[in-house]
Amino acid sequence: MSAAEITGLGVVALAEKVQRGELRAVEVAQAFLDRIAHLDAGVGAFLHVDGEGALAHAAGVDRLAPEARRALPLAGVPVAIKDNLCTRGVPTTCASKILAGWVPPYDAHAVERLRAAGATLVGKTNMDEFAMGSSNENSAFWPVRNPWDRTRAPGGSSGGSAAATAAAFAAASLGSDTGGSVRQPGAFCGVAAIKPTYGRISRYGLIAFASSLDQIGPFARTTRDAARVLGVIAGHDPRDATSVAREVPDYEAECGQPLAGMRIGVVREALGEGVEPAVRAAIEAALEVYRALGCAIVDVALPHAHHAVATYYLIAPAECSSNLARFDGMRFGLRSPGADLAETYGRTRAEGFGPEVKRRIMLGTYALSAGYYDAFYVKAQKARTLIARDYDAAFATCDAVLTPTSPTVAFALGEKTSDPLAMYLADIFTLPPSLAGLPAANVACGFSPEGLPIGLQLVTRAFDEPGLVRLADGYERASGFAGRRPADPAKGKG
Amino acid sequence: MSTTESVPPDAETITAAQVRHVAKLARLALSEPELETMRVQLSRILGHVASLDALDVADVPPTSHAVPLDAALREDVVRDSLPRRELLAAAPATEAGAFAVPKVLEGDA
Repeated sequence: MSAAEITGLGVVALAEKVQRGELRAVEVAQAFLDRIAHLDAGVGAFLHVDGEGALAHAAGVDRLAPEARRALPLAGVPVAIKDNLCTRGVPTTCASKILAGWVPPYDAHAVERLRAAGATLVGKTNMDEFAMGSSNENSAFWPVRNPWDRTRAPGGSSGGSAAATAAAFAAASLGSDTGGSVRQPGAFCGVAAIKPTYGRISRYGLIAFASSLDQIGPFARTTRDAARVLGVIAGHDPRDATSVAREVPDYEAECGQPLAGMRIGVVREALGEGVEPAVRAAIEAALEVYRALGCAIVDVALPHAHHAVATYYLIAPAECSSNLARFDGMRFGLRSPGADLAETYGRTRAEGFGPEVKRRIMLGTYALSAGYYDAFYVKAQKARTLIARDYDAAFATCDAVLTPTSPTVAFALGEKTSDPLAMYLADIFTLPPSLAGLPAANVACGFSPEGLPIGLQLVTRAFDEPGLVRLADGYERASGFAGRRPADPAKGKG
Repeated sequence: MSTTESVPPDAETITAAQVRHVAKLARLALSEPELETMRVQLSRILGHVASLDALDVADVPPTSHAVPLDAALREDVVRDSLPRRELLAAAPATEAGAFAVPKVLEGDA
């Protein structure tokens, strides 16, 4: 099998071939590493490629007895990891100068699970600094280019992970999603992306941004492939007190199951003003596909969803301002010495953090400061209750709520960097399910006239990842949009 | 769920003194131009956030976590911690097997 054929395979196909001994894990790892070496300079998806570690782990998989290898659900499958997930012995920076060169002494829970399942971890992916952003332009190192059009943003904050999967630098990747950071780059890069229910995956070793919202989620070129990865990383972990002790169902078994009788809820306002015509047309066509598959399409209302941007941009910065207090230059990362302790703190943080991180720390500190706590933070928490109740009401009449993932296709690099609020407002569809803690997925559902991917978002009840996978996979099989790949970028710097 | 909400004209504004105070609380040594940019941007964002004032939330309980959580209890067992050497390897400064930090308290205490 040629290297090009190997890197064209998805998660399930690669695992099967390595399990059966038809491909060696080392040969698979080398094919993907070569592809990264030749082509990533034009995309910028990786901050660190761990060739040595990847080949050593793959060799270990190859040395296993055949029956032990067959038991590994991700045998030899190359996976890329967002750079806010700790990887033992491999640099982890959150794309921030404050953590440049930091090498964690432990693995995140999700990373441990991937290694134990036989996955080959090829490297750490670029992101918006500390996962704050929607375009990946907030990386302190370099922006990621969208593999479908390298003048466009890949989305964010998990832009490197989404681009790595779209460009077949890995068969799958992990991102983290606080307000849409897995789903929106999934939509911009045309790949399947799942944000599970809050608590479904342990956050141990995920460097915290907003602790009541952060969730890890997988990217792959199809939902079935993403479901395989989700099954590996989901489950209880006592090291994360918010991790839920609940059985992990067989997500992959939902793939190929009939959708007849399932009810899709549509929010009419989500197809109105502000949504790009090509996106609206693709969503309407997708509803026809669901109808043809035997689903009922019902109208639902989310009357408080338009408050999600205001709610989120109080809660997330408040939590971020508290979480990022730990970056003080004392125990790890950058230290910029001043005349005394306070000056050292101030200089370290001013030099180490980029503009968006500073903006959110400032916003959060303000919202939590004396005299403003009730007016801003508590009020936002109450609005959060109303947004969550909207979904409870909607799920009385439907099994999933369908909206666009993003109101637009991938925007141009540089287009929104001067206006933070405009960037925040583009998160309108991904924020409500995040605030409600619900599982949500991006599914590729078409292309704009200029050839850019369009994604639809499905949201289901808490812990109904099985329903989410069934609906996403069923649509993919019927529509044929998933798994399409962009042309290879030209070699060299873009 | 409209995507075209604009900032109301009577947007909540934040003063230069407030921005300076918040930067101090946040331990961020911002330059004068950074403080001014921050004042303009925060005012604009807070103007949008003020749209929540339209909500009647007097009788609504706040949500801190979307998924109900019980206190997570576990057996109190002794486990190994990470090796000190590995943890100190990432520190900006160490001394005698400990993190070395600037003086916190004045005097000889």
